[in-house]
Amino acid sequence: MTALILEMKDITKTFPGVKALDGVNMKVRRGEIHALVGENGAGKSTLMKVLSGVYPHDTYTGEIIFNGQKCEFRDIKHSEERGIVIIHQELALIPYLSIAENIFLGNERQRRNIINWHETTVEARKLMERVGLDESPDTLVMNIGVGKQQLVEIARALAKKVELLILDEPTAALNEDDSKNLLDLLVELKKQGITSILISHKLNEVLAIADSITVLRDGRTIETMDTHQEQVTEDRIIKGMVGRDMTHRYPERKAHIGDVLFEVRNWNVYHPLHGGRKIIHDVNLHIRRGEIVGIAGLMGAGRTELAMSLFGRSYGRQISGKIIKNGQEIDVPDVSAAIRHGIAYVTEDRKNYGLILIDDIKRNTTLANLAKISRRGITQDYLEVQEAEAFRSKLQIKTPSVHQKTGNLSGGNQQKVVLSKWIFAEPDVLILDEPTRGIDVGAKYEIYTIIQRLANEGKGILVISSELPEILGICDRIYAMCEGRITGEISREEADQEKLMKMMTGTGGGKLGHAG
Amino acid sequence: MDTLAKALKSNIRQYGMIIALVFIMLLFQILSDGILMQPLNITNLILQNSYILVLAIGMVLVIITGHIDLSVGSIAAVIGAIAAILMVRMGVPVWLTLIICLLIGALIGAWQGFWIAYVGIPAFIVTLAGMLLFRGLTMVILEGQSIASLPESFLNISSGFVPDLFDEAGGLHLTTILVGVLLSLLLIWSEWRHRMVQKKYGVETIHIGLFIVKVALLVAVLNAFMFILASYEGIPNLLIILVLLIAAYTFITNRTVIGRHIYATGGNVKAAALSGIKTKRVTFMVFVNMGVLSALAGIIFASRLSAATPKAGNLFELDAIAACFIGGASATGGVGTVIGAIVGGLVMGVMNNGMSLIGISIDWQQAIKGLVLLLAVAFDFYIKNRSN
Repeated sequence: MTALILEMKDITKTFPGVKALDGVNMKVRRGEIHALVGENGAGKSTLMKVLSGVYPHDTYTGEIIFNGQKCEFRDIKHSEERGIVIIHQELALIPYLSIAENIFLGNERQRRNIINWHETTVEARKLMERVGLDESPDTLVMNIGVGKQQLVEIARALAKKVELLILDEPTAALNEDDSKNLLDLLVELKKQGITSILISHKLNEVLAIADSITVLRDGRTIETMDTHQEQVTEDRIIKGMVGRDMTHRYPERKAHIGDVLFEVRNWNVYHPLHGGRKIIHDVNLHIRRGEIVGIAGLMGAGRTELAMSLFGRSYGRQISGKIIKNGQEIDVPDVSAAIRHGIAYVTEDRKNYGLILIDDIKRNTTLANLAKISRRGITQDYLEVQEAEAFRSKLQIKTPSVHQKTGNLSGGNQQKVVLSKWIFAEPDVLILDEPTRGIDVGAKYEIYTIIQRLANEGKGILVISSELPEILGICDRIYAMCEGRITGEISREEADQEKLMKMMTGTGGGKLGHAG
Repeated sequence: MDTLAKALKSNIRQYGMIIALVFIMLLFQILSDGILMQPLNITNLILQNSYILVLAIGMVLVIITGHIDLSVGSIAAVIGAIAAILMVRMGVPVWLTLIICLLIGALIGAWQGFWIAYVGIPAFIVTLAGMLLFRGLTMVILEGQSIASLPESFLNISSGFVPDLFDEAGGLHLTTILVGVLLSLLLIWSEWRHRMVQKKYGVETIHIGLFIVKVALLVAVLNAFMFILASYEGIPNLLIILVLLIAAYTFITNRTVIGRHIYATGGNVKAAALSGIKTKRVTFMVFVNMGVLSALAGIIFASRLSAATPKAGNLFELDAIAACFIGGASATGGVGTVIGAIVGGLVMGVMNNGMSLIGISIDWQQAIKGLVLLLAVAFDFYIKNRSN
């Protein structure tokens, strides 16, 4: 048994209203690759932010022992000095600076504040060689791919004399070759004595390289497995990740499903900036009247990209394929056309894409269908107040009045305003992207009830969610997505979390969905 | 009393600048020994500031959409130059000149709007380029000279007054008084109707006593103002133009779908686009509108100066922008009102006028105006942060 490099004891971290971590324990041995797995919201990222000082030591309780010493980090800089470096999912590189400049960002090779460019270039070249990055140190970061950018991040960590490297979903945005490269590099670094903590959803990767695996669920440590001492399978990890009590978290559902309402055929989408990168591959799907259809997929599977490209081509380029509604092909060149054809898209990012936070509830509610509250282009303010009030009481938005600014509302209430907006637009098809992200359990139940009510009115609903219990709890039929493809289709009766997780990670054999 | 305090508190941002304006007027009224409120000076105040107010109306829309326009002064200058050339050198009739000038203004606005909305170049840069470009073109068109002796009917735009339909009685302009009375009736009627509609839809209304006090106060201010004007030459033509513009643009921003789209685009362009609003077209149209109003300001300025000069409109853009920010517009977009911009413009105008009356030098005037702008916006920030 090798010595421990890190021990986290009884870490508890609370956010207003939510206990994100609840007495988490984790032990990492020196020189191993330690995988941290769990569903979205299980607390993996929070735990790593505690470890790296993003959340300073007085905002959580518990102990961190690193290299035998008790640590109380004030900020990232402090943890980096001790040799802990975290690489976030969203890369923290400056696109307009060169690779060398990025590697030494905040850690410049300098003497009395004058940068030593010669040393910068030479050192950068050495580090780039270590991570296998074959580029000129002067190349701008914006001109290299995501895979290589990931390597720049690692080189930057090495420049800081890293002992413990934390990677948060490093391969989420990478293709297969780049992912393999990166994983090989981690194994290589391990031989050089660098310990890594790898957060990943891709269980096949985890099993391929990890020495230990810790499973988190609902902010608690479930177990830590040693892959050298016991036979660990994906099934076992998945069981640990998802095993939870699911009674009464979802409203009772009696579905009345009708004819096919909305259909997508051979849908292909390319990246808006990198023209050659195909994001969505030949997607076929359909939604019936009164049906709630789920799309399950991990982060980076292309779910949001698919939804937004369907919604008036709000995402992507060179889009090809057919959208058929009520048996007729429709043309949806922009958002207003999509709204006219009765399609609504409720965004996953309500603050940036859903609401005008400086405006009040009523103005946000009516925004997508101003025609309904205006006569000859003139808005009827009192009509607007009435309509908004109706939604406020129907959706139980908890505020004193509709004149409240949406920026001051809680997440659950904000989400209800976004839902109001799109129900007010009178759509037949609603695409709901992570409809319960970041809201508390009680509000979630209310949102599920609203979704069911809409389905019972004969609308077709497409729900995108990373939370498998949610998908299983509310959907009638489920598609699984992985890397821009539909990798399976399964009915609610047949589905369970393990089957879905297999389809979503592209490891299991769900039957391929063939619509129409 | 409680409700009054509450109403004041919740609307302090709205009324704050109006209160400040009243305070500044009273201050200079006292400091200037009563010259400020004299009929001649009030009339002058309107005429002097008319072009800035016209620009501020357009500018506030630009700022609400989250942009800025630095070129309006130069556009005003180039339009003045074109108008002079058309009328003096080419003998084009005044009415046709006006139409041509407004159209050219729209074209210039479309030119800038194209780069900003459809190409995506920041408005600061596009209009900075426009500022240099149109100033340069003004010099080229005028060949560095001023053109004077503009036609009488053109000058009448800014120097004319609404004629009196009655014989003067005791030096009072009776038509003006009559207009004041008619407007008062209109005001009372519309306020009453508004109150009735509010009641019908179950909206909370202010107490009837407070309502009467409010309407009475408005009527008093209106009639006092008309009386002051009547003691001089009556209602200036420019005041008619201004009132029509303010009314029209207030209506557009408050009551129309287009107005809603403008605020939504500035409030959150991504959310607006995902709600089916054609945000690029909205931005484009706002700049076209700015071009037309810049042209109008150019016409008014040339008419008032009785000449087109290469230096016309210098620094107008900064006065217009300052008016918007003093009037509560937000530099990040989505917030601002036409009335606010007008009040902001008047604050600047009254300060200019008042400081001149009491003999503060032009250099100090600049410095003091700069401080007022900063303090006004700082006040706004304070209020905003407190409400959060």
